[in-house]
Amino acid sequence: MPALVYLLVLMVIPLGLVIAYAFLTSGRFGGVQGPATLDNITRLFQPLYLEVLASSVVNAGLATFIAFLIGFPAALAITRLSLSWQTVALIAVVMPFWTNFLIRTYAWILLLNREGILSDGLALIGLGPIEVLYTREAVILGLTYAYIPLMVLPIYASLQRLDSMLLEAACNLGAGPWRRFRTILLPLTMPGIITGCLFVFIPSLGNFVIPELLGGGNSQMIGNLIRDQFLKSRDWPFGSALSLLVLALLVIIVMLQASAARRSRKWGA
Amino acid sequence: MGVAPLWVLYVFLYVPIAVVIVMSFNASDNPFLWSGFSLEWYPALLQDADIMGGLRTTLIVASGTTVISVILGTLLALALERYFPSRFLDAAAAAPAVMPDIMLAIGLLAFYTLVNFTLGAFSVILAHSVFGIAFVAAVVRVRLAGMDSSLEEASRDLGASSLKTFWSVTLPGIRPAIIAGALLAFTLSLDEFTVAFFTASPADPTLPIVIYSSVRFGVTPQVNALATLLLLVSFIAVLLIQRTSRLGDSLRRREARP
Repeated sequence: MPALVYLLVLMVIPLGLVIAYAFLTSGRFGGVQGPATLDNITRLFQPLYLEVLASSVVNAGLATFIAFLIGFPAALAITRLSLSWQTVALIAVVMPFWTNFLIRTYAWILLLNREGILSDGLALIGLGPIEVLYTREAVILGLTYAYIPLMVLPIYASLQRLDSMLLEAACNLGAGPWRRFRTILLPLTMPGIITGCLFVFIPSLGNFVIPELLGGGNSQMIGNLIRDQFLKSRDWPFGSALSLLVLALLVIIVMLQASAARRSRKWGA
Repeated sequence: MGVAPLWVLYVFLYVPIAVVIVMSFNASDNPFLWSGFSLEWYPALLQDADIMGGLRTTLIVASGTTVISVILGTLLALALERYFPSRFLDAAAAAPAVMPDIMLAIGLLAFYTLVNFTLGAFSVILAHSVFGIAFVAAVVRVRLAGMDSSLEEASRDLGASSLKTFWSVTLPGIRPAIIAGALLAFTLSLDEFTVAFFTASPADPTLPIVIYSSVRFGVTPQVNALATLLLLVSFIAVLLIQRTSRLGDSLRRREARP
C-alpha cells in the first residue's frame, strides 16, 4: 500500500507534529524545544486573539450566508433547465473555480479600487466614488466570490433528487411559494445545504490571502495570524496552537452537522 | 421566478473575470484607466524574469505532481475498491481534499524542517501530491465501481497473472478516469498557492507565489495579461476534463452493448 504509506508520512505525521508543537516552546532560532507546556494554549484566550477568531468566524459565516442567498435560487433555477442545459450551466458555475484563485481575488482589486470601474460607474449615476477596497466588506465579498461554486454544486445535487410531485401537490393544495420553500424545499435539501455551507465556511475560515489583498492591514483573520507565526515571528508552537483552535472549531461544526444529518434522516422516515 | 437567479450568479462570477481580460488589452500604464487597445503587455511577459522563472518552476511542479498522483492515486483506488474496502481508509483517503490547506501547509513545513529536507521544487511536488493522490483516487474509484469486476475474475480464471490482468483488462477500462484524474491533479497543482507558499524555497517560487508578491505590491498591466493567459489555460483544461469524462460515458455505453 504505497499510497497509504505516502499519506501517512506526508499527511498524518505532519498533522501530528502540529498538534505536538502546540505544547512545546519556541526555540531561539525558530524550531521548537521542550519541556512540554500549556502556555501556548492559555495564550489563545487573550482578548486580542479571541477577537481575531471571532471576526474570522463572522466573516466566514457571512460569506457562507451570502453564498447561500445567491447560490440556492441559482441551483433551483438550474434544475428547471433541460438535462443537457443543466450540464452546460453547471460547467459554467464550476469554470471560475478552476481558474487561479489569486487572479480571481486580484480581479476584485481592479473592480473595487477607488479609481476602479465600479467606482467610476457609480460616480456617473451620482453614487460614487466608493471606498470598498481595504474594508471588511471587501473581504466578505472576496470570500463569497472565491467559494460560491462549492455552495451551488451540493445544493443542486440534493434538489435533483427531490421528488417534484411533492411541490406540485403542495401547490395544488394552496401552499404559497414561501410555504413551499419552508416546508418542502428547505427541509428536504438540508443535507445539501449543510454540505455546501461547510464547503464555503471551511476554506474561508483559514484563508489569509483574501484578507490581506482585499482587507488591507486592518482586516486580519486567523489565517494571517498563523501565517505570521510560522513565517515572520517564527513562533511555531503558538502558530500550531492557533491552527489547533481552527481545527477544534471545525471538528465541533462537523459534529453538529453529523447530528443534524441524523435528525433529518429521522424526519424523512 | 424562472432562470433569473442563475443570471445573477453568472454576472457575479464572470464580471470580474471579464474586467481582467479587457484590461489586459489596455494601452495605459495605469492598470485602472482605459486608454486604448494594445497588445504590448503580452510580449512584455516574456521579458519578465520573475514570471518566466515562476512559470518554469510551476510546470516542473505540476508535472511531477501529476506523475506521483496518477500512480499512487490509481493504486489507492484499486486497493480501496477491489482489495481492502474499509470506511476508515475511505475517510483517510478523502481527508486531504477537505482539510483546510493551511493545516497541511504548516504541518509539511514543520515536517520538512524536522527531517532537514531541502525546500525547492521537489518539496512542493511531494506536498501537492498529498491532495493530488486523493483527487485521482476519487475519480478512478467512481470508474472502478461502475466496471464489471467479473471481467477481471474471468481473466484470472483463465490463467492470467494479476499483473497481466491489470495491464490488459483493468487499465484499459479505467483509462478515461486516469486521464481525467491526471488533468485534475495538473490543474490543481498549477493553481495551488497556500501549500506552495509554505513549502517552496524563497529563491525558487511557483507562478502563483510570483503573482501574489507582485499583486501585494501593487497592480501592474503585465499581471492582467498573465491572468488572461492563465484563465485561458484553465478554461481549456476544464473543457478537456469534461470531454474525457464524456468520452468515459460513451465507452460505458459501448461496453453495455452485448
